Amino acid sequence: MGKYLLRRILQMIPVVLGTTLLVYALVFALPGDPVKAMFGDKPVNEAVAAQIRAEYNLDKPFIIQYLLFLKNALTLDFGNTFAGQPVIDEIGRAFPVTIKLALMAFAFEAIFGVVFGVISGLKKGKWYDSVILIVSLLLISVPTFVTGFLGQYFLGVQWSILPVTAGADPGFIDLLMPAMVLGSVSMAYIIRLTRSEVSSNIALDYVRTARAKGLSNRSVIMRHILRNSLIPVVTYLGQDLGALMGGAMISETIFNIHGIGFLTYQSILKGEATLVVSIVTLLMLIFVVCNLIVDMLYAALDPRIRYA
Amino acid sequence: MTQEELMHKSEEVLPGQQRYVAPIEQTPLQSVDSVNESAPATSMWADAWRTLRHNPMFIVSAILILILLVVAIFPGLFTHQDPNYCTLDTSLDPPSAGHPFGFDMQGCDMYSRVIYGARTSMSVGILATLLVVLIGTIIGATAGFFGGWVDAVLSRINDIFFALPILLGAIVVLQMFKTSGSIWKIVLVMALFGWVSTARIARGAVLSAKNLEFNTASTALGSTPMRNLLRHILPNSLAPIIVIGTTSLGTYIVLEATLSFLGVGLPTSTVSWGGDIAKAQDLLRTDPMVLFYPSVALAITVLAFIMMGDAVKDALDPKSRTA
Repeated sequence: MGKYLLRRILQMIPVVLGTTLLVYALVFALPGDPVKAMFGDKPVNEAVAAQIRAEYNLDKPFIIQYLLFLKNALTLDFGNTFAGQPVIDEIGRAFPVTIKLALMAFAFEAIFGVVFGVISGLKKGKWYDSVILIVSLLLISVPTFVTGFLGQYFLGVQWSILPVTAGADPGFIDLLMPAMVLGSVSMAYIIRLTRSEVSSNIALDYVRTARAKGLSNRSVIMRHILRNSLIPVVTYLGQDLGALMGGAMISETIFNIHGIGFLTYQSILKGEATLVVSIVTLLMLIFVVCNLIVDMLYAALDPRIRYA
Repeated sequence: MTQEELMHKSEEVLPGQQRYVAPIEQTPLQSVDSVNESAPATSMWADAWRTLRHNPMFIVSAILILILLVVAIFPGLFTHQDPNYCTLDTSLDPPSAGHPFGFDMQGCDMYSRVIYGARTSMSVGILATLLVVLIGTIIGATAGFFGGWVDAVLSRINDIFFALPILLGAIVVLQMFKTSGSIWKIVLVMALFGWVSTARIARGAVLSAKNLEFNTASTALGSTPMRNLLRHILPNSLAPIIVIGTTSLGTYIVLEATLSFLGVGLPTSTVSWGGDIAKAQDLLRTDPMVLFYPSVALAITVLAFIMMGDAVKDALDPKSRTA
């Protein structure tokens, strides 16, 4: 187990380096001179501009800039934004909001996805199975921003159940609708995945054996069918937790939530290279770590899998 | 031994030792012989096509997609209005004769914008999918077929792109070409970040087809590795590639709409449902219908392609039946 973990972590290093280099090169190629933009309408003072360029390492060649970024990132010093704020502070402000949002969306999709998926899979062909299937197909087809507007219009404007937008420091109620919108597409995929797993497992021999042993229906479903059906679902959920953080860009923009997604989008628009690369690096680390945890969970769920 | 020989042989045996040999018409062998050997062999593709034809989901989605294709190719058949002819004095006017959906904020006819939006969505979706499948298959097949260091390098590049969310990468690249461009710029960006999963699937399919017996047999008959790859391995790896292609088509339509919605997609001069939704988002409280029409058009189009993808998946990959 320890050896396996170590090998996986070592394999992560080139991927993380490659992805940051890719993003750094992409952001570096963004047009416009951010230093010039800092002067606004005023004429550019070349001496000051040169000093700012030196301060942000913008006068150095691309690869040196990247290596300097890496070196500082190792000591958790991500530099400053062009407005003078330390990048780490900006991220620190936005991150808790996104974590809250992503975890709520995650809980939403995991609970409702698995519950509806199991109901659907156990009672294949019943009318509520068809309803669940059609609704999940619709949720997949409707883009997140349209789901967001539908939620805002009905839950927010028409029925006034939930707040239309979340403010600067959103609470549980403020984030409820954004979390549901963010998790809705994944929930639909989880429903479909769980349904097909449950309905194919239910016909297998071990289920018949379990029933023949005289186990109660509840015990057959919970201990046998569910445990075997959930392995692919757990993989999906694990990969999705990382994706939810990055995917929050749309829902955070619609609901005016000042989290990581909103910050990323704004900093791409402003050409804030360091901020974009820092966020992407962070998101990618989360994504890779989530995948690693999923692989570890496999062993817990499926005793046949052992990591040497 | 034919029947005549048997009869002949039975004539030679002495009386009393004769045995009755039934004519073939009276034996169960008759049914074996009655198998029509001249009928064409059913291939996996013919099987898949038969499954598809009997799947109601396929029929519904195929009809929807056909209608959408006609709308996309000949929008003039459905409306005589110019979607870009907008006068502010008709701003947000309710539906009237010849304008069934009314007008948007800029006074453009909503109906004609919904009609012309189909062309953008369909062409982006189809072109992006074709390009993604082409690039993904070439890279994945190369990695799987040659193995060794080629595979190692290509797979690491794949890992790097896999860790980068497609929406994020697309926004960063599109930000560079914000002012210029046709739908090709979006299609190319989608291909740049979208090939990853197709390549993984193509690699896996080629790897497993490479070790099958027909490949060894063909090598024994003197095929070159290249001929093996093109004539035997690739055709046998095609099914999972087609499945991921069809299932992801809808995703690319959503992605285009999302990028246009965020303002980094197509320029405002191109009619796009995503762009129209973005323009209408401030009207949520006052005129929700302006937001409603392009959203519904977008959802129906994506739904049609998702259903098509499901049906194709069921037909080509029987192990993963959804219904």
